[in-house]
Amino acid sequence: MSLWWLIAGMTAITFLNRSGFILLAGRFELPPWLRRGLRYVPAAAITSVVAPTLLLDHGSLDLTPGNLRLLAGAAAALVACRSGSPVATIAVGMLTLYALQAWSD
Amino acid sequence: MSSPRAEFVAGVTRIAPALLGTVPFGMMIGVASIAAGLPVGPATAMSCVAFAGTAQLATLQLLNAGAPAAVILLTVAIINLRFQMYSAAIAPHFRHLSLPWKCLLGYLLSDNGFALAIVRFNREPNLPHRHWFYLGACVTLWLTWGLGCLAGIFLGAQVPPEWSLDFIIPLIFIGIVAPQINDLPHVAAALTAGVVAIAAAGLPYNLSLIAAALAGIGAGAIVERVRA
Repeated sequence: MSLWWLIAGMTAITFLNRSGFILLAGRFELPPWLRRGLRYVPAAAITSVVAPTLLLDHGSLDLTPGNLRLLAGAAAALVACRSGSPVATIAVGMLTLYALQAWSD
Repeated sequence: MSSPRAEFVAGVTRIAPALLGTVPFGMMIGVASIAAGLPVGPATAMSCVAFAGTAQLATLQLLNAGAPAAVILLTVAIINLRFQMYSAAIAPHFRHLSLPWKCLLGYLLSDNGFALAIVRFNREPNLPHRHWFYLGACVTLWLTWGLGCLAGIFLGAQVPPEWSLDFIIPLIFIGIVAPQINDLPHVAAALTAGVVAIAAAGLPYNLSLIAAALAGIGAGAIVERVRA
């Protein structure tokens, strides 16, 4: 049940984010400092979600070569920067993970 | 010459190339939702009703980490802040419409639909029936997104967990964010967010994510200001 409430909340928040200014009919404009900050939302928010999944193992920092997800993620990041293609990024990341898993077994 | 119908069709036609990216992204989200342990019903609702894109991925990640609903919703709000930027830019073009129209057009706002519409509206500021053009583009995108997600949810349910498909979530994120980190302010934003997310990982309720996002946004804005 709480999962449904969560989805309802997500819908409401996303709707307000999307339509807020349209509903206000252009009566308000974003101040420049806020507009400047908004430009860095994707880089900051997404990195804060990804970094722990790649770098933490059960809550402690794991920078060893045994951290296969970190290695696969680094390969994927390289491909993302070079190609800009999301599909190539995912393909390389998954294949690298599989290869490392097979090799370390 | 331009009827509402013609504008609607023009919107559908012009958005078509972008759908090539929407289908695989929707499918990935569908697969990731199932891999993260979401049942089919909520996975479908999250994709087709909440229609929150990238924020859905963060939600999956946080659900797996056992974060409370309030933290998840705050994270959704932060990730979808970019829509405020779009909403503010396109609002003047929809000023004359009724409230139901504004709600509908607001609900359907998406990265691709916005980009397509704002370029045309700025070039032809007095375009009549412009909302029909936007509606054609955005409804098509929303439908395609929903179908892509459904296909992914169906596929995801067939895949055994040993395939580590949950790893698709960080990979999608990397695909989105890595190409954007191409100047000093973006490097500062990402680096600060990453360091804070790790250093504050012990905070309760996964609050480290929100602290990291806000610190990163601040760092990006400050570096941009100092360099200017």
